[in-house]
Amino acid sequence: MRDAVAGLVRDGDTVAIEGFTHLISFAAGHEIIRQGRRDLTLCRLTPDLIYDQMIAGGVARKLVFSWLGNPGVGGLNAIRRRIEGAIPDEPLEVEEYSHFGMVGRYTAGAMNLPFFPLRSYFETDLPVANPRIRPIDSPYGDGKVYAVPPLRPDVAIVHAQRASASGDTQVWGLLGCQKEAAFAAERVIVVVEEVIEETIIRADPNRTIIPGLIVDAVVVEPWGAHPSYVQGAYDRDNRFYLDWDPISRDEAATHAWLREWVYDLDGRAAYVEKLGAERLASLQPGSAPSGSVDYGAYR
Amino acid sequence: MTAAEGVPAAFSKSEMMIVAAARALEGQRVCFVGVGLPNIAVNLAKRTVAPDLELVYEAGVFGARPARLPLSIGDPTIVTGSTAVVSMLELFGYYLQRGLIDVGFLGAAQIDRFGNINTTVIGDYAHPKTRLPGSGGACEIAINARQVFVIMRQSRRSFVERIDFRTSPGNLGGAEQAERIRREGGWLGRGPSVVVTDLGRYDFDETGEMRLVSLHPGATVEAVRETIGWEVKVAGDLAATPAPTADELRLIREELDPEGVYTK
Repeated sequence: MRDAVAGLVRDGDTVAIEGFTHLISFAAGHEIIRQGRRDLTLCRLTPDLIYDQMIAGGVARKLVFSWLGNPGVGGLNAIRRRIEGAIPDEPLEVEEYSHFGMVGRYTAGAMNLPFFPLRSYFETDLPVANPRIRPIDSPYGDGKVYAVPPLRPDVAIVHAQRASASGDTQVWGLLGCQKEAAFAAERVIVVVEEVIEETIIRADPNRTIIPGLIVDAVVVEPWGAHPSYVQGAYDRDNRFYLDWDPISRDEAATHAWLREWVYDLDGRAAYVEKLGAERLASLQPGSAPSGSVDYGAYR
Repeated sequence: MTAAEGVPAAFSKSEMMIVAAARALEGQRVCFVGVGLPNIAVNLAKRTVAPDLELVYEAGVFGARPARLPLSIGDPTIVTGSTAVVSMLELFGYYLQRGLIDVGFLGAAQIDRFGNINTTVIGDYAHPKTRLPGSGGACEIAINARQVFVIMRQSRRSFVERIDFRTSPGNLGGAEQAERIRREGGWLGRGPSVVVTDLGRYDFDETGEMRLVSLHPGATVEAVRETIGWEVKVAGDLAATPAPTADELRLIREELDPEGVYTK
């Protein structure tokens, strides 16, 4: 992880660590904080705790998003303080869309299109708040839609259950828009629970969302998405999401947390060890295997 | 926790609100589940009045069968046992924008008499007093779901004459204008149809304005008026919301929300 972030994430970059509640690469976010990146533009539909921590850690100058909250708990307090002006020397520029708008932006970026059209934003204040959301007439004369511009991150970071050593990546459970973010990005880092043989990928190609073709680095980081979750491997650590609320309400407590859990640790393995076996065991789900299908052999 | 035989159970205003919201889903087929209170209301409906309801979550799930109350709308329990898991592009494009959603169930921070919703900021956008979560999927749900239900607690701060930011359109400035704009714009949605609060249930009359149609047990029209920032309309045949049944309360307290996260 250290090498991947050092080599592929640069000051001033536009960075997308995607994953809708599921598969959020906290490990990568923490490494970016540790390495002291600055002036990043952070993109995510739901900034979640990872961007609250990164923005508290001073890595970003701008946030591009569509829903700003601690899911199921409340607000993102470190980000709110900066938006509400409570920390005047650390202002945060924001660029705001709806979920479909953000998904459309990644999609346009991934498909090399100049914009993505959608039936949203009519009669709302969102295009006033964000003039990059613009109405366009259908070229076929049947009405008006809104357009959002392509989003092409310098780097996309995607957590996944597994990948081959060359980066062919398989995911199950919520897919969010990791695929779209990866294809839209200039550089792609894939972080996985485990690296597997290519034959396992080839035995179930429908599950592959990202080919190694567009992947620049594969990082193996078990528990790398904690406190978010990995379908079938571990549950969301809801206790952490609840605990973050009082911590993040206080700027000093937030920095003390970053000191203890990010700066004073040299990587995810140390973080996992510090969490402890008991905490990890409490997050392991029961089993619900899929049936398998027969792709057939055609010779 | 269940009431003794023949004795009505005590219940909180939040429990009544959740129960009334769940009952409003009777007869509906496909529901897009919003963040917060809609999540528990819809899951209660699935266990009571609407067992065949297809739950759609913006995270990319159609036909969820959550075995526990999802902690958030991206919980792994909405995946296991569902009909389909799709990308968010497909969910918003094929399911929502294609017009397959019967009810979009939303929460809100502010609402006005025409059901326009703010979930973005309190105060000025550039210098907000309170920064709220923003749209998420609400803006496109309000436009593309066939109808919109809203659940929220009412107060003078939330039921306001003028919302600070229009995140999701309701009946705009009234039914006539809203219908014209929906028709001209090719919207599939017909806008808000039900609002459920801790005091009562509302529909929207022919002018597109919110109207109290049912009063929850213990609530009064005076209490309703005191917590709404405009002169609210009241239906001539105002109904009394039946109290929660023992079974509804048991489901909320024992199965869905034993920690009392939604009912505090």
